[in-house]
Amino acid sequence: MPQATDLRKMFNIQPDPEAALVALAGNPNTGKSTIFNALTGLRQHTGNWPGKTVLQARGTFIFRGHKYILVDLPGTYSLLANSAEEIVARNFLCFARPDATVVVADATCLERNLNLVLQVMEITSRVIVCVNLMDEARRKNIFIDTECLARELGVPVVATAARSGQGVAELKAGIDDLVRGRIVPTPRRLVYDPEIEDALTRVEQQIPGEIKELFNARWLAMRILDNDRSTLDNIRQYLEPAEWGVLRERFKYCPT
Amino acid sequence: MEKILPLSELPTGQWGRVISLNARGMIRYRLLDLGLVPDTTVQAVRRGPLGDPIVYRIRGALIALRREEAGQVLVTPL
Repeated sequence: MPQATDLRKMFNIQPDPEAALVALAGNPNTGKSTIFNALTGLRQHTGNWPGKTVLQARGTFIFRGHKYILVDLPGTYSLLANSAEEIVARNFLCFARPDATVVVADATCLERNLNLVLQVMEITSRVIVCVNLMDEARRKNIFIDTECLARELGVPVVATAARSGQGVAELKAGIDDLVRGRIVPTPRRLVYDPEIEDALTRVEQQIPGEIKELFNARWLAMRILDNDRSTLDNIRQYLEPAEWGVLRERFKYCPT
Repeated sequence: MEKILPLSELPTGQWGRVISLNARGMIRYRLLDLGLVPDTTVQAVRRGPLGDPIVYRIRGALIALRREEAGQVLVTPL
């Protein structure tokens, strides 16, 4: 069983037992980079994601005496399609298993952004939604009821206008609360049609126990039902050969 | 009986409601990710010089689709 720190190394994240790992996800053009800069200031490094010509930005910040490593994921609308950016974002969430994931959403067209929020919530429960561009939304007479949104999603929601720094301290506090376990989100689970739920349960039961510990079994069962070859081919590099062998055998999977 | 036509045939300026998607695989995911799920209202905003691509208003954003992609979305004009 590979340890989380070994898997993190595969994403160019040096192990640091003192620091919590935080991922920053979001659609393109939501002000994600502004949030990244507002959180990390000048303490940033850039490089590439291993094996990809996709930019990786990492930064650190200290809050209430605790150290945080923030990783900026590529801006994507989804984690299911096949671009290099989406693969990077999805692999990081699944296998580096960040201690918290911030999903940045655009307050001026919130609905479009909720697709990604729900997809992230299907992978990890340690999610905090950051509704950004609140200043622009206000100018367009759009009002966002963040409390209601948090209730509906089952995860914390913070409103920000990162360009003016508004809400950034609250976001840091939210991340800290999430990582320290002072907030335990209960993401609303998407319930599919009975026949799909039935099949999901059956597939999930067939997933070996060691793999269930490594990542979200329900999510993996969905990808198997989907016959999502991109995800399944990608999983291999994060598993021990024996674990992969069992998975492959049980589901009669032929890698591409 | 509602009139059903491919999104690519929706006249410029007209609104339609998504009935279903004919696409499979990656294109289907792409279209769903853009917000084209059943019951979504969508407007054909303008057409490119040769009628392709076509710009649509989908859930508050303007998005250009190729005729080929839009043709796989079935809508009913509103």
